[in-house]
Amino acid sequence: MAEPGPLLACERLTVDYGSEGGRQRAVDDLSFHIGRGEAFGLVGESGCGKSTVALAIMRHLGPNGIVANGAIRFEGTDLLGLGGEALRRVRGARIAMVYQDPLSSLNPVMTIGRQLMEVPLLHRTADRATARRLAVQALADVELPDPEALMSRYPHQLSGGQQQRCVIAMAMIAEPALLVLDEPTTGLDVTVEAAVLDLVDRLRRRRGTAVLFISHNLGAVGRLCDRVGVLYAGRLVEQGALAQVFRNPRHPYTRGLLNCVPSAGANRQGRPLTPIGGSLTEAARLAVGCAFADRCGHVVEGLCTSRPIALASVADEASHVARCVRSESLPTFAWRQASVPQPAARAATETILEARGLSKRYDLDGSSIAALGGIEVELERGRTLAIVGESGSGKSTFARILSGLTGADDGELSFHGQDIARLPIAKRSRDLRQRLQMIFQNPDSTLNPSHTVGYALRRAAGRLCGLRRQEADAEVSRLLKLVQLPTHYAQRMPDQLSGGQRQRISIARALAAAPEVVVADEPVSALDVSVQAAVANLLKDLQERQQLSLVFISHDIALVRYMADYVALFYRGRVVEFGPADAVFAPPYHPYTQMLLAAVPDPDPDSPRPRLALREPSAVQPGGTERGCPFTNRCPYRIEGKCDREKPPIVIPSAGHRIACHLSPENLPHDLVGAFGGAALS
Amino acid sequence: MTDIADIATPAPIAPSGQGARSFRLSTAGYLGLAIILAWAIVALLAPVLALPAPNASDLAALADPRPSANHWLGVDLSGRDILSRTIWGARTVLTVAPIAVAGATVVGAVLGLCAGYYRGVPDSVLSRVSDIILSFPVIILYMIILTKFGASAFNIVAVITVTKAPIIYRLVRAMTLELREREYVAAAQMRGESALYIMLVEILPNARGPIVVDVCLRLGYTTIAIGALGFLGIGLPPPTPDWGGMVRETYGMISIYPHMAIVPCIAISSLVVGFNLLAVGLRRRVQHG
Amino acid sequence: MARYAVRQLGYMALTLLVVSCAVFVLNEFAPGDVARKLLGAYATQEQVEHLTQQLGLDRPVLVRYLEYMGDVLRGNFGQSLTFKVPVAQILLERLSNTLLLAAIAFAVIVPLAVLFGVLAGMREGSVEDHSILIAANFLSSLPEFATGVFLVSIFTVWLGWLPGTSPLSTGGNWSIASQLVMPVLVMALYDMGYLIAMIRVSMIGVMRQPFIRTAILKGMKRRDVIVKHALRNALIAPFTAILLQINYLIAGVVVVETVFAYPGFGRLMLQAAMSKDIALVEAGALVAVLIAMTTQLVGDLGYMLLDPRIRIRK
Repeated sequence: MAEPGPLLACERLTVDYGSEGGRQRAVDDLSFHIGRGEAFGLVGESGCGKSTVALAIMRHLGPNGIVANGAIRFEGTDLLGLGGEALRRVRGARIAMVYQDPLSSLNPVMTIGRQLMEVPLLHRTADRATARRLAVQALADVELPDPEALMSRYPHQLSGGQQQRCVIAMAMIAEPALLVLDEPTTGLDVTVEAAVLDLVDRLRRRRGTAVLFISHNLGAVGRLCDRVGVLYAGRLVEQGALAQVFRNPRHPYTRGLLNCVPSAGANRQGRPLTPIGGSLTEAARLAVGCAFADRCGHVVEGLCTSRPIALASVADEASHVARCVRSESLPTFAWRQASVPQPAARAATETILEARGLSKRYDLDGSSIAALGGIEVELERGRTLAIVGESGSGKSTFARILSGLTGADDGELSFHGQDIARLPIAKRSRDLRQRLQMIFQNPDSTLNPSHTVGYALRRAAGRLCGLRRQEADAEVSRLLKLVQLPTHYAQRMPDQLSGGQRQRISIARALAAAPEVVVADEPVSALDVSVQAAVANLLKDLQERQQLSLVFISHDIALVRYMADYVALFYRGRVVEFGPADAVFAPPYHPYTQMLLAAVPDPDPDSPRPRLALREPSAVQPGGTERGCPFTNRCPYRIEGKCDREKPPIVIPSAGHRIACHLSPENLPHDLVGAFGGAALS
Repeated sequence: MTDIADIATPAPIAPSGQGARSFRLSTAGYLGLAIILAWAIVALLAPVLALPAPNASDLAALADPRPSANHWLGVDLSGRDILSRTIWGARTVLTVAPIAVAGATVVGAVLGLCAGYYRGVPDSVLSRVSDIILSFPVIILYMIILTKFGASAFNIVAVITVTKAPIIYRLVRAMTLELREREYVAAAQMRGESALYIMLVEILPNARGPIVVDVCLRLGYTTIAIGALGFLGIGLPPPTPDWGGMVRETYGMISIYPHMAIVPCIAISSLVVGFNLLAVGLRRRVQHG
Repeated sequence: MARYAVRQLGYMALTLLVVSCAVFVLNEFAPGDVARKLLGAYATQEQVEHLTQQLGLDRPVLVRYLEYMGDVLRGNFGQSLTFKVPVAQILLERLSNTLLLAAIAFAVIVPLAVLFGVLAGMREGSVEDHSILIAANFLSSLPEFATGVFLVSIFTVWLGWLPGTSPLSTGGNWSIASQLVMPVLVMALYDMGYLIAMIRVSMIGVMRQPFIRTAILKGMKRRDVIVKHALRNALIAPFTAILLQINYLIAGVVVVETVFAYPGFGRLMLQAAMSKDIALVEAGALVAVLIAMTTQLVGDLGYMLLDPRIRIRK
């Protein structure tokens, strides 16, 4: 430690964005520091200003961004005062950045090798041979297979996880003192995300690199960082050692965030997710007092709103500060309880939807890919069936077959006895369409931007129920109330609504005909964490009240744990495990289920963190291998000669619980018993 | 001549929420609009303006055809008042061009929607035909068809419709292909909406922006096309005042009386500049929502 | 990719067939025209019919078409009624004149368009960008004959620096080179406007891409970022459009040729069409379509080669 003082010190940074409408404050009086070799997490939801901080450090704010005040000292020098050559020497060499979408962060027409080699050629005045050697070494350091061959590949030939490793390699190749990661794992599968985070952790410990990790994902931050800062509306509301902040949060916003993240250990019967009411408004940004006041459950008029509030230390915890005048009077924070054992098993209801041997192939460039191979699942009336899978698992294909947007090639999907596997939506009777509706994933494209909300709902009511104008209008109001939106929203256009609100309209639209079954394809994945909780709660609530049968498709296993009665785990087009949620999760048995649960980042500092060997898929290959178990290549327990040759048999450890694995129930790994509740299989 | 720009330029899909809630154009857009309106008003008022008849020959003025008090822009080789002919020429262009472009837009949009929505065989066939028409040098097509069937306003409109429709077809098809993957289209399908409804009510309104921009551009290029045809002598038959024809008739005198050819050139250029500026202004608005 | 090329060649052949057939049928459907033209307006109907029969023009259209195609494949395009020489001869002569002009124009247009397009797109919204955009828009708004009139007024009538016509004759006072200057200038000014706009749009799109930010944040100089990262990406999409300009430069410049009395392919076609010189029209159409299809094929293949995302499957 030659230099005294922190590696990076952000002092009273204030950044505005100027546009036609005036100036908007993105970051307000922000101060934090990162020591050498330390990992600091900056957490917040969209609009909190965290990406602005990263861009300010890299001096890449764009023509609209103005640093109104403050300094960013890196190794003693103020970055904001650097220009030209001096700045270029810092970028890429002393501070390097890893971005959110790795595919578009890499030049599509340049080989990986060339892109990597640019860094040492620029900064270390290395010659080509040395640069090449360094590049290959960097690829090996990020644990990519066959680095030599990778040098001459193009980015589009790699999977998302591999691309991100390349970006990390490119960042680390010049051995920077600080690595800035801006949402590096958003959009990656959860197992890939966990592997990438672990990699970054290993790398930084080995090299002593400091890390600034920017994310909305509290669990990911928890997995990697030593200290954390929470941003809200551009202001730092809490900061401190990670364990301290997450175990004893002293700002209501931090508490709110921690409360609305589902934990993999808590099931339906556990305490519900508590969303944060309201939303971030422009007025809040400009508030004199606390910016969170209009959404805070502990607010005291006058005390919280009349004058600026400074960061104050938290009792007994060195270097833990919070910007709340009431922080000492807040109740002790208790993490949600783990699973509450189910009361007497809920009475089984009739099975209304059944898939048997459902299969579908896609033809792509001459080769045929099995998107789904022999799916068998059931849905009972009034219950939630969750379909969990990562990318390439076939869950979206299954959703599309269910809703009639595409047809299966083989097998049967019977709904109240009628086989709808090959019944396209155009041929379905109105009655069937009424009974089976869908909610989509992307709030930006789920509503037609040229139609008002009222029109969309009226049309749904009219087409599906045959209502006429008068009745349809009344129906619109009823539906809006159902999803907890004010009735005057009927006049609004989609671009006047937030993502969460649009998703609620989407739900309202699906419910227009009082359907029996609702297929929800990743309904909350594109929303902020606090909004996710609200919409998820709404779905759960509606399901109870309207006796809906819900098919809930998601990659978020913690959320699934919270929502589901039954779970089906999809991997590469096959069902690897199916059964009641508690049986499947507590404890997890199938190696894939285990891997998924272990990969879910949990912000609770006291939850056990099993670290299983997480192997990524080697390349993007949708669809499964024809023979043997689809999970063979990644399974840490695989039996050579058996798992890759023979299709795994269905093992039935208890009623309604099916596992597709060559290992017998007693031999199934029990590593995670206790980590997720439940008892071992006998 | 030509509609080389008929090779479709990539058009951005309009961002969500393009209502006509605030109608603001950039300076360029307003300037273009002003030019076009000026010509339109002048053309509309042509019959009531105090001008000599466009085909009336003032033989006396031939002694000195340059601009004078009687004839503000001078007279042409037959003694006809150039100002008058220019203004009446605007009428011709501003009648034929919009009709032709309207025809091309309707045909192209309808076929583009169908091809993009249904895909499959209709798409392959239509796209192939459109490629053939597009790749065929337009001028050759004009010449062949017009000399076979003769030049009349109707024939010109028909030829322009046929040769411009593929561009709009390509544009609308590309947008339809993208928009049909949107979730609200799937939602409409799940309601059991008919294909016609989906194409016209769900998809088309969201393709408005780029289509409007393209229509402006087409109007400009069609104006050039009509002018060029007139210049080559295969445009509207005389004595209809037609800017291209006016240049043709007077080009030979350019070394002595350049004004005769220059005036209609300025006229046609200004109108096309107007259309292009309007397109630039609209495009900026479409892209920035 | 070889499969693609073969398939496209097949389409090309098919298109040629279809178009030539259409043109043939269109022109020769009324057989009386040819004979009447040969005999003059005063011939009697009987004489016309007799000649028609003699020339074998009363046979079914498709039969005559097949015979025509057979001739074509042997290089015999028939006789030009207007010029009284074999079509192949006059066609070749005029075509080579046009090719000369096209080559020079292409060599001028492409580098300049790339230069200005990149300069404009490099910094969207800058002064350079706005001025280049306005200039490009303005240029592509001028019809070729208008540009021709303006240029001739300045350089021939007023300044006297260049000849007003370009008949490619060495007899007068003007060198061949000076006769080429203004036609090339008019073609370049018109076409450049469009290309600059296209390349600019592509460049702007590329500069907004995250990988440009990656390159900048690696510490590269802005100039290097543009040349090494942005340029190649920006030129992929316009590549096909650039090649298609060849199509226009050869077959679409009849107006320029008319303005300057240049003995080129376009003017030849115009004359042929107006005097109903059928053999010439048909041959010209075939040539035009052939050029169009070839440039499109080369453009498509080149595009596939340039973009590794298409060239290399996963």
